[in-house]
Amino acid sequence: MTGVAVQLKGLRRTFGAVHALDNLDLSIEPGEFIALLGPSGCGKTTALRVLAGLEDADSGQVLVGGKDVTALPANRRDMGMVFQAYSLFPHLTALANVSFGLSLRGRGKSLARAKDMLELVGIGAFADRYPHQLSGGQQQRVALARALAIEPSVLLLDEPLSALDAKVRVQLRDEIRRIQTEVGTTTLFVTHDQEEALAVADRVGVMRAGKLEQLAAPADIYLTPATPFVAEFVGLSNRLPGTVVGNKVEVLGTRLPLLSPASSVSVTALVRPESVSVSPDESGEGRVLTTSFLGPISKITVTVGDLLVVAQVATDRLATLAPGTPVRVTLAPNPVALA
Amino acid sequence: MAGVIARRARKQRVFRWTVLIVLGVFFLLPLAAMVEFSTRDPETWPALVNWPSLSEKYPALAEGITASLLQAGFTALLMLVLLVPTAVWVRLRLPRLRRLVEFLCLLPLTIPAIVLVVGLAPVYAWVTYFFGGSSLTLVFAYTVLVFPYAYRAIDAGLSAIDVKTLAEAARSLGAGWATVMWRVVLPNIRSAVLSAAFLTVALVLGEFTIASLLNRTNLQVAINFLGKSSATMSVAVSLTALLLAFVLLLLLSLLGGRRRNSVPVAPGAPVVPPAPKESAA
Repeated sequence: MTGVAVQLKGLRRTFGAVHALDNLDLSIEPGEFIALLGPSGCGKTTALRVLAGLEDADSGQVLVGGKDVTALPANRRDMGMVFQAYSLFPHLTALANVSFGLSLRGRGKSLARAKDMLELVGIGAFADRYPHQLSGGQQQRVALARALAIEPSVLLLDEPLSALDAKVRVQLRDEIRRIQTEVGTTTLFVTHDQEEALAVADRVGVMRAGKLEQLAAPADIYLTPATPFVAEFVGLSNRLPGTVVGNKVEVLGTRLPLLSPASSVSVTALVRPESVSVSPDESGEGRVLTTSFLGPISKITVTVGDLLVVAQVATDRLATLAPGTPVRVTLAPNPVALA
Repeated sequence: MAGVIARRARKQRVFRWTVLIVLGVFFLLPLAAMVEFSTRDPETWPALVNWPSLSEKYPALAEGITASLLQAGFTALLMLVLLVPTAVWVRLRLPRLRRLVEFLCLLPLTIPAIVLVVGLAPVYAWVTYFFGGSSLTLVFAYTVLVFPYAYRAIDAGLSAIDVKTLAEAARSLGAGWATVMWRVVLPNIRSAVLSAAFLTVALVLGEFTIASLLNRTNLQVAINFLGKSSATMSVAVSLTALLLAFVLLLLLSLLGGRRRNSVPVAPGAPVVPPAPKESAA
């Protein structure tokens, strides 16, 4: 099964004085998995709800498979949706929840298909349980099965993992990707968690104030952010003062290539922690302030003069970098964005 | 020390029982008196449970009983048809109007029945013009009268579920609004709907003022009328109506209790508890 193409064209939506969607354009290829990422209130959920038909746009067009569905009500748009809040029908078992959409379509063998879907999401054994007898993760699996059971043309995921604990979140996130690849449904996934978005999506759209700032593959979003907002929002960045020299910027004594031309000489460069290396040096300008253990990679904060610099180091090097140790800070010559 | 605690516990026990007994006597004595009085004539109770002979001997009473039962049924129906979709719609689409709707629904509570009748009389001139003078037309007035209780019950039921998300989930699965109401919302507020219906029935069975002043008949009007000719029968019917209302309210509270306790927890399943909200008014 292959998915269909989805296009959002010039969508506008205002709530009072707030522009939730400000002339938003977005094209999704058939079968593609797109994640919309952004701070809360950036309009990502509104975009998804407009696509689902649960919210009306003030203007603009929604095209699914080339067909204009802007005027169609939600129940005739043929989209499967998984919500942030647990949305299973409390009075129905897991199996009945999954077959709900199928029964509305009057398809025979809806129970058999519902069972298959529960197997697909890995909880076939819990078919007869009611939602309140399932854990949060299991409930979202049922919700996913319910959304996919109707063979929707588009799968919409509205922060489906945000209410789950960290471990289940990662597990289910990977599984959503596996299942999506298996069924090939065009998918729009809305999240405020950048790690989630970067990990599962074919392309990530970073939104801000109702507009798409950048739509690109996860690696491109991270390595070559199109705007300062994307650079700051995705991944951690150090804000370090720099001086522009030709087409480079000099930061802490190192000249770094620029991602986009600078408009002034004194600038603030956004430097990723993994581009910063720290080594013990008696004559170094820096002093280790704090260290935090994060598994194989650890985070270390260094003061250089009155600047605070965050760096990533291999955890086995932490022993030589106790707080107070004088260090030398060098920057890898990776291209940087300016704030 | 132990002596002081024991004495205090005993004092509290005595106090509790005193209150219970005083209240019990207060409520039960009139009932006992009614039982005693209504059994003075040995033919009263057999006549009451024998419908054909009752309707023959006391046609006005039989008519009153039929009228009240029909009024209760139709009022409950009209109330549900009006209130459930309204309450759901307000929650889904017009959350800003919730306070206003609640205020409007509670309004009948603040207006004395006699004032209501003064207002209703000219309205009922029109009702009579369009629908005739049947006592069933009281259903319109009663529906307004039960709004405060019914709205509270239904609103509490709706607060216990996430109507918006459930409705949206059902819509995205292809359900139209009628299906959303019938297959998703109603099953989840069933006990709230039953509460509202029971309260309505209890209230309508006990209503006298409006029916009497608008010159319509119902159970209470008939009882009042009967009291002048056959005192024992009128007391027996009152007692029955009272017990019926009592049974309805008992069922209602049992229903609320069962709803609370009907959450079996499967072993090994981490449970996300549903929001604990009372459905009873």
